Amino acid sequence: MATETTGTASACVGPDGSAIGMPQLCADWMPNQIFWLLIALIAIYFVLSRIALPRIATVLAERQGTITNDLAAAEDLKQKAVEAEEAYNKALADARAEAQEIIAKNKAEMQAELDKAIAKADAEIAAKAAESEKAISEIRASAVESVEAVAKDTAGSIVAALGGQADDATVAAAVDAQMKG
Amino acid sequence: MAEGTEGGGLVFHPMDQFIVKPMFGDGAVGMFTFTNAAFWLLLAVVCVVALMVLGTAKRATVPTRTQSVAELAYGFIYKMVEDVTGKDAVKYFPYIFTLFIFILFSNFLALIPMSFSPTSHIAVTAILGFGVFFAVTILGFVKNGASFLGLFWVSSAPLALRPVLAVIEIISYFVRPVSHSIRLAGNIMAGHAVLKVFAGFAAITAVAPLAIFGIIGIYALEVLVSFIQAYVFTILTCVYLKDALHPHH
Repeated sequence: MATETTGTASACVGPDGSAIGMPQLCADWMPNQIFWLLIALIAIYFVLSRIALPRIATVLAERQGTITNDLAAAEDLKQKAVEAEEAYNKALADARAEAQEIIAKNKAEMQAELDKAIAKADAEIAAKAAESEKAISEIRASAVESVEAVAKDTAGSIVAALGGQADDATVAAAVDAQMKG
Repeated sequence: MAEGTEGGGLVFHPMDQFIVKPMFGDGAVGMFTFTNAAFWLLLAVVCVVALMVLGTAKRATVPTRTQSVAELAYGFIYKMVEDVTGKDAVKYFPYIFTLFIFILFSNFLALIPMSFSPTSHIAVTAILGFGVFFAVTILGFVKNGASFLGLFWVSSAPLALRPVLAVIEIISYFVRPVSHSIRLAGNIMAGHAVLKVFAGFAAITAVAPLAIFGIIGIYALEVLVSFIQAYVFTILTCVYLKDALHPHH
């Protein structure tokens, strides 16, 4: 060891305090450096292998686990969302189909009612038309009669005005003969 | 950082920053003396504890910034061990992580002005490098028995070439720890010495601006080197470990 040196000077340090040659090659200091190096290495090794590295490994594993779990949960939620969408679409389609059905049913009902109403109206119209026909024919008959009476009166009056003498029966017969064409 | 001029002349002491001296009082540097080397080594330990233990104390699922950095370092080295060495080497992960984080923090703490850089010393890096070498060699023999020697017998080469290749392989195998440790020490030492030289030039008014920009540039490079050397040391350890676990080409 370096026991023979005194003061700051040693075999490797000159009297002015500067190094002689390369301090790296100074054998006097090597035991000291090696001793403290081994202390440092052993300390670092024990601290790392006992505390730091297992801890970091645990943290990394936990993080990996958390990430995996979260991803799985996200996958689940996504699946659920897809299912919900499917259910929604199905409900929508069902509702649409039902609506179509209801519309068709209503249409049919309305058609039936309409048909019924039309038929009823047709019947009423027919009845009314027949009635009117009858009334018209009655009116026509009465009109013919009136025309006949008026014709007979007029004919009688015209004959009288011309100075003729005609009894009613002759005039009526003549009018009748004229009207029959 | 500047060494300054003495008596008008320019004096460089680029290597003085590597001198090991006692932190308290003057005296000889014995084995157990608390030196500046010891101080900066223990400071690295403190920083590692602060980042890796205190930083992760909350065990937050959503990490804080510090915890995020600790996890980043963990994941970086874990993936490196897994990719380079194989899944069966994951049990050696704490050792490799210890090496990485120690070298990383030593390198970066050494970038603080007036600091001492433990990883610039052969004594330190040789212990690391040869430690890896012996651990890997012993592990190779324990795991594979004599068939570990198959590492040197390149069975994919033509038979005539194999003895030659075996000699080359054996030489390269024994050179590994030397290159492994000197690469780290050399890089850190050279960078810091160059910083000192530039700092010395900064004392001359005429070239001071140039020297200061030089310091800035070299410092930036050293930040890069600090990380890259820690990375290289670690990945080479992984490669050597892979050879020990799977010696057959």
